[in-house]
Amino acid sequence: MKFSVSKTAIDVSAAKKSVADDSCGALVVFEGWIRDHNEGQQVKRLEYEVYRPLAEKEGARIIDEAVQRFGVSHALCIHREGLLELGEVAVLVCVSSPHRGEAFDACRYIIDQTKVRLPIWKKEHYVSGVSEWVNCEHCAAAGHAHGDH
Amino acid sequence: MKTKVSYFALFREQTGRHSEMVEWTGGTAAELFGIMSQKHESLQAEAAALVAINDEMCDWETVLNDGDEVLFFPPVAGG
Repeated sequence: MKFSVSKTAIDVSAAKKSVADDSCGALVVFEGWIRDHNEGQQVKRLEYEVYRPLAEKEGARIIDEAVQRFGVSHALCIHREGLLELGEVAVLVCVSSPHRGEAFDACRYIIDQTKVRLPIWKKEHYVSGVSEWVNCEHCAAAGHAHGDH
Repeated sequence: MKTKVSYFALFREQTGRHSEMVEWTGGTAAELFGIMSQKHESLQAEAAALVAINDEMCDWETVLNDGDEVLFFPPVAGG
């Protein structure tokens, strides 16, 4: 599965192995982690809601686009669903290719597109006891990719 | 015509429901959202909101057919 959603911890090592290829000299891995703060708030944990039927379909399209556009050999993305604690891997992207340049570009493309196109929502639970849905439009305006990463 | 409308994340909390059947005269996805905003006062239009019809992402100006299932997505925030 090129794009998948997981309710349990992502096995980064297994994912890396799945894109291994003797013709590839480069592996680029991006891990998005749960961070303990955001916009002045102390984050306690994070909750991801995923609409799987469409997220999986659109996620697979993003991977296909990256492979075609950058000519990399293998690419995959795994996104978590449910309640996550600080430090957990929320999203993983692995790309392998003969050379590093296209692998970096494809990895960046996949994570950027994942953030704006997939029906995935993030609710932050703060130390203060308040919870709030994260609005990525807001993040973009703040000039940084929110929630990570 | 009849349309099934589903809400996610913030929109689900604003409307207090996962989905509902709507009987209306028909029109675009954007027009349907407007009607639902009038019904549910707390449902607010968001510039970055997305819409899907029958599990395919689509444009807000797409005209709905009888029996379509519409999904209203608040601004997404994966990653």
